[in-house]
Amino acid sequence: MSADTATAGPPPAPAVPKKPPAAMSARRQGWRRRAPLMPALIFTIIATQIPFLVTVWYSLNSWNLVNPGSEHFVGLSNYVDVFTDRVFRQAALNTVVITGGCVLIAMALGIGMALLLDRKFLGQSVVRTLMITPFLVMPVAGALIWQTSMLDPAFGIVNYVIGLVGIDPVNWTSSYPLVSVIGALVWQWTPFMTLLVLAGLQSQGRDVLEAAQVDGAGPTRMFRAITLPHLRRYIELGVLLGAIYVVNTFDQIYILTQGGPGTASTNLPFYIYQRAFLGFDIGQAAAMGVVVVIGTIVVATFALRMLFRTFSEET
Amino acid sequence: MAALDTAVQTRRRGGGALTVLTWFIGLLFFFPVFWMVLTAFKRETDAATDPPKLFFEPTLEQFGNLFDAGAGTYFLNSLFATTVSTLLVLLLAVPAAYALAIRPVKRTKDVLFFFISTKMLPVVAVIVPIYVIAGQIGALDNVWMLIVLYTAMNLPIAVWMMRSFLQEVPTEVLEAAQMDGATLRQNITQVMLPMVAPGLAATALICVIFAWNEFFFAVNLTASQAATVPLFLVGFMTSEGLYWAQLSAAATLASLPVVLAGWAAQKQLVRGLSMGAIK
Repeated sequence: MSADTATAGPPPAPAVPKKPPAAMSARRQGWRRRAPLMPALIFTIIATQIPFLVTVWYSLNSWNLVNPGSEHFVGLSNYVDVFTDRVFRQAALNTVVITGGCVLIAMALGIGMALLLDRKFLGQSVVRTLMITPFLVMPVAGALIWQTSMLDPAFGIVNYVIGLVGIDPVNWTSSYPLVSVIGALVWQWTPFMTLLVLAGLQSQGRDVLEAAQVDGAGPTRMFRAITLPHLRRYIELGVLLGAIYVVNTFDQIYILTQGGPGTASTNLPFYIYQRAFLGFDIGQAAAMGVVVVIGTIVVATFALRMLFRTFSEET
Repeated sequence: MAALDTAVQTRRRGGGALTVLTWFIGLLFFFPVFWMVLTAFKRETDAATDPPKLFFEPTLEQFGNLFDAGAGTYFLNSLFATTVSTLLVLLLAVPAAYALAIRPVKRTKDVLFFFISTKMLPVVAVIVPIYVIAGQIGALDNVWMLIVLYTAMNLPIAVWMMRSFLQEVPTEVLEAAQMDGATLRQNITQVMLPMVAPGLAATALICVIFAWNEFFFAVNLTASQAATVPLFLVGFMTSEGLYWAQLSAAATLASLPVVLAGWAAQKQLVRGLSMGAIK
């Protein structure tokens, strides 16, 4: 992340005290090769790294936008506040629950659905097309449909359906806010996982499966011994990409629960949004942003390693 | 032989049940979308009812009302921000991918890793300075601010995707063109681009999807002038359950472009979503 800027920037030209003509042209050659890369690289550095450095600076200041001129340097006191903030800890926990819950459930469902779709049957491509649609629907639109037509306590379809089997209506977004948010997210992300795993299944060599069948391997054994190891790369990719996006979940929370009731479904992006744009507390919000980045680096490093280890033990 | 036949028959019957199950799950996932479109054709009195109404007299009233409610401005802003940012992304990403794929520069891996690591940077970590700086330079509620941010947001994905497509171009072809005296520019525009046109389309599709659907930057950095379609939808939230049909019509119209594009380009979608990792 930000720490990589130093290493990932344009490689410094080797310091050659006296340049023989050959080295000169090699250097020029190097720059000519690099030239097409530079606009994209420089743009990305300016657009992502500089704001982050400014965030670090803001996080060391006390600054409320409502009081112009209130800005002054306070050192690490914003960080002390962040770590003693009960809501911040809850938001961190909610972020983990939402991300972990959504990614794992969506992946499990996605694997199941991909296996079902990877057979020849009537309307295969129609079902696949229907299945991927939730991922294409604008997330704000999807969340609004869940909040109104699906989960509304009085007129929602979900309560109507559970009413048919005699269950009393449930006020989903206030009684089970996290479940509601994760449900809407799983609905959106299962198609993504299905697509990735399905691509994995379809790239599988038929001959290996047939050979195993001839050797008398049952479907369960074949799945565990051949298909699952082959899918490993695809599952890892899905979990990683899914997690990167779901950690940043904002739309669904903004629409379904507004982080509530209280702070029951507030995740870190939503909490920082509240502090910055409703509380106008720039210093605090910036400090939280920095903590989230550090947390993401730590979690990403460990989670990736654990994931890779688990998978290599199984195979 | 008889045993084999029964085995095949059992599997076929099992297969039938599996097919029904597959259809059921597919329809279940599609149901909210179906209901959204259905509700878009209802009158408000038919929209929020107990029990929910499946049959009703359809009307186009809601779609007409949308434009009276000023949907046009939001759609134009979204269209402009999406188109311009996607073009900018391609303009920056194609040369970069060329430098990383066809004639790899030194430390290509580092550069690629840097690009992708910026996608892991949570947006909330940079929103505060972006908001403050935008306020200071007078770029709040300006669609160009969104364009810059959407370009930054999609550029890493596009670089990865385009690199994966460019790597498939056989180097012999490029070398042959160079032997024939083609310049770098000619090489790129006349030899390479036609070969990677499908890849270019896939990359553009992914950029369009993410830019069109983006909400976080839009809600924090725009107000009345530069507001995009997701903000138009959120505007219905204040009125709670009263305007479900109107909301559904807006949601349907807002989702339509991306849904149609995604349906038409399912294969490119997989490759795009995996950033070129899945062929």
